[in-house]
Amino acid sequence: MIRIPCPNCGPRNSNEFRYSGEPRKRPVGDDVTPAEFRAYLYEHTNALGWVKENWYHSAGCRRFFQIERHTLSNDCRPVGSAPQESAS
Amino acid sequence: MSGTSGPYRLPVQATEEIDRSKTIKFTWNGASVTGYEGDTIVSALLANGYEVIARGLKYHRPRGVLSGTFHDPNCTVQVDVEPNVRAAHRLAKSGMSVTAQNVFPSLKFDIGTVNQAAGRFLTAGFYYKTFMWPGPLWPAYEKVLSRFAPGGRVAPMGTPHGHYDHKYVHPDVLVAGSGPAGIAAALAAAGAGADVMLVEEDHNIGGHLRFGNDAELARLAELRAAVAAEPRITVLTNSVVAARYDDNWVSVVQRTLPSAVERLYKARVGTLVVAPGLFERPYVFEGNDLPGVMLSTAARRLIKLYGIAPGRTAVVFTANAEGDSCVETLRAAGVTIAAVVDARTGGNVVRALGRGHVTGVELADGRTIKADLLVTATGWTAPTSLINMAGARPVWNQVAARFMPGDDLPSNVMVAGGLGGDGTLAELIDHATEIGRIAAARAAGADGGKAPLLGVDSHPALFRSTTHGFIDYTEDVQSKDIIAAAAEGYDSSELVKRFTTATMGPSQGKYETINTIAVLGEAVGASVSDLGTTVWRPPFAPISLGALAGQHAEPTRISPMQEWHEAHGAEPLIAGQWIRPEHYGDPVAEVNAVRNAVGIIDVTPLGKLDLRGPDISKLLNVVYVNAWNKLDVGSVRYGVMCAEDGVVMDDGVTGRLGENHYLMSTTSSGAATVWEWCENWLQTEHPDWQVHITPVTTSYASINIAGPKSRELISRLVTDVDLSNEAFPYMKVRQGTIAGVPDCVLWRIGFTGELSFEIHVPSSYGLHVWESLLEAGADLGVKPFGIEAQRVLRLEKGHFIVAQDTDALTKGFSAGIDGLIKLDKPDYFSGKTELAWQRSAGADDIRVVPIQTDDPNIVPPEASQIVVGSKMVGRVTSSRMSPTLKRSIALAQVPASLSTAGSALTIVLPSGNRISAHVFDGHAFVDPQGERLHG
Repeated sequence: MIRIPCPNCGPRNSNEFRYSGEPRKRPVGDDVTPAEFRAYLYEHTNALGWVKENWYHSAGCRRFFQIERHTLSNDCRPVGSAPQESAS
Repeated sequence: MSGTSGPYRLPVQATEEIDRSKTIKFTWNGASVTGYEGDTIVSALLANGYEVIARGLKYHRPRGVLSGTFHDPNCTVQVDVEPNVRAAHRLAKSGMSVTAQNVFPSLKFDIGTVNQAAGRFLTAGFYYKTFMWPGPLWPAYEKVLSRFAPGGRVAPMGTPHGHYDHKYVHPDVLVAGSGPAGIAAALAAAGAGADVMLVEEDHNIGGHLRFGNDAELARLAELRAAVAAEPRITVLTNSVVAARYDDNWVSVVQRTLPSAVERLYKARVGTLVVAPGLFERPYVFEGNDLPGVMLSTAARRLIKLYGIAPGRTAVVFTANAEGDSCVETLRAAGVTIAAVVDARTGGNVVRALGRGHVTGVELADGRTIKADLLVTATGWTAPTSLINMAGARPVWNQVAARFMPGDDLPSNVMVAGGLGGDGTLAELIDHATEIGRIAAARAAGADGGKAPLLGVDSHPALFRSTTHGFIDYTEDVQSKDIIAAAAEGYDSSELVKRFTTATMGPSQGKYETINTIAVLGEAVGASVSDLGTTVWRPPFAPISLGALAGQHAEPTRISPMQEWHEAHGAEPLIAGQWIRPEHYGDPVAEVNAVRNAVGIIDVTPLGKLDLRGPDISKLLNVVYVNAWNKLDVGSVRYGVMCAEDGVVMDDGVTGRLGENHYLMSTTSSGAATVWEWCENWLQTEHPDWQVHITPVTTSYASINIAGPKSRELISRLVTDVDLSNEAFPYMKVRQGTIAGVPDCVLWRIGFTGELSFEIHVPSSYGLHVWESLLEAGADLGVKPFGIEAQRVLRLEKGHFIVAQDTDALTKGFSAGIDGLIKLDKPDYFSGKTELAWQRSAGADDIRVVPIQTDDPNIVPPEASQIVVGSKMVGRVTSSRMSPTLKRSIALAQVPASLSTAGSALTIVLPSGNRISAHVFDGHAFVDPQGERLHG
């Protein structure tokens, strides 16, 4: 079980959290097509490498927060803490 | 038999771990066996001359000790009601009833041995090929095969089982394996200030030093004393590190404790030091599975730890120092050494002779030597499981002739001892000491420096002789099967493993993986290095389901009235974490009480969220599909929530108690989801909105009082609220005192279709108010009713239940809440975009509608299919016999084209019979005008 670094509570087992997905922008407006909206609902980038993710600490501070997680190593780091050379 | 030692018991050995002053007695296939405390089941059996412990899976050949450890593939037995006990590891206890598994009718005469004669039909892939077809015959095959399949007898249902335990631990350093390297690493880590858990699979720490020479024994005594004196080290013996997961989440199973059958440790480890030592690898030749053929480490263990002579006359086939030292150990134990065959000078064993036991050994130099024991010491397999589980891929070292860790270990996993390389005892201990120090430093977040590497000794790469023998003892796979599989095109280690089942039995590759790869390499002309090893997955050793299940630690939620319910005959209904009354014996009478007089139901599990702040209506507008701007103080409103894909998520009533104070109710199962949903909107999308949410589900006990006499009943207990229809009409909320309890919330709502009041009282007074209602309403005929009656009552009103009548595809307009969905709300609300598109959906779109069967006496079971011809187009989602209407009523999901009133439907019953039904004209079956509700 991976550990999630909660910005309020510190590192905790991931089963204290709910994964809330990658941050995405909801398309709004009358000209939004079903294809666009369903891409927002269902299509995930599922990238290999560092990704931004939303998590909810349901068994802790009950706050939503964003972290960056490496999808291969499961390493986590605060958003924006990426070293310049490895930022991608 | 005289005395207790047994004919194969040696005089006292300095190293032995048995207590000859304490005799134990158990039975083996019904016969009485005596041994000493400290004996394993197998050592006690061998002492008494029983050497056949089990029979093989396919050919039912007799099998005896191979390694004499937990992982011995030939020593699995049944102990009392416990199957698959590792008998070379499990300590014998007085009173045990031990029996052989996989034998029919008996261990001595097993009818399955005829499979040997039929052996040419039992080749690689035999199961896949033979029993695939004709398909309808499979049940017959299964019946026959199961008789010959291995494994013991599972205890019958109802057999009391022991206590299993779970424990969470957070050691800085966990050392897997307590040989000299493991102990040294643990001591060094503890010396550097780390809390250390030292885990040993065997019953005592020390590894191979336990059966070493005098100097090694002296070193072991020092190491043990140092461990005992180190308070930072926790030692777990008879325990196995079963798995390593992300972030060093390590599971350890501790066996046969006084207080528990097994305990599963869930350890979050700073640095994991893997020091399991090496497994001795069997050699492949004809007859290598005969009882009397064993590994050099097995012979040494038997002599040194249990004082057992493994035979009378031995041939030793050796390729290394450990094999050489075994010759000395055997000689000292009085075993005649008939021949020492040295692989390093070209010696080789061709076959072991004998039926049911070794009687002689045929050598490559043409000699045949009489012997009842053949000991092999041909090399080592590195148990790389735990580093595999850490993501590392071990690499083949041709010099050492074994897989070794590469340079891809994560920094929180380190290796010590034989897994990492070779060296003298002093070198291994020095290396492990440095590893322990660095492990402690890394666990503390420091660098600690680079891990030193061990050297390797040269070792001949010996796998198979010139004859064919067994590779996988637990699966009865022979070297010729691997070659046959390769000839059929299964030319990679992962493929050949799955096709032949080699490495897939209970020993999971510990003895057979390398030989499998080596023989495959022979067949396809590739090296072990080219083929690579298969990936070892958790668990390292079998662990019981009991250990995984552990204690039942799931919380159970009950209302303050649950004890009363149980005392009054309530049938319990498990609903998520809640236990609540399904009914009190007669749900029909409960329905009738509500329709004709008054009933009360405990609805405490109903989710309740207390909302405070000036921006609550904004939150309500975004989570509910309906509009919330104009809800007056003192009013309640029903609302439905849809997810962003438009699917119905939850429903409930929200009331406005004050200017900036609302109480939201959710479904019982949706309480946590809705809370998180609301927090999500507030925290991630609208942090500027001022709303604070407090979950108050269990702060209040909730009771619904329903029926034509409900007002009369409640007016006897409420003193400070005007309950008249004019002052307190339908869909209003009041706060007041009930049965002397202030600060109660009263909602006038009605899921049952009757005049009804839902009251929320501070939970500590729940039982008092419940009992007061029953006492005050005795003359009115008040009855408690349960979930079943409530479901019938709401069905009579045509109300859907989220997740019963809707599912994960049911969007808002499918649920029949068209009037509720306000697409003209100016701002985005959850589901708005999808619902706007759904409004124009076609004839295939699903609708939830009330239906009636044309035969009023048939109640189609829930989930019965609704069909057009042979095509399923919908299903019955709720159905009951209505006690009020005395006829069958139901809700169903049907296509829009069949959803208009009067549409004819065909329902298929589970019997296959088809019945006709039609869509009901209206919403509610009972009181369609809602007169009772508003009265």
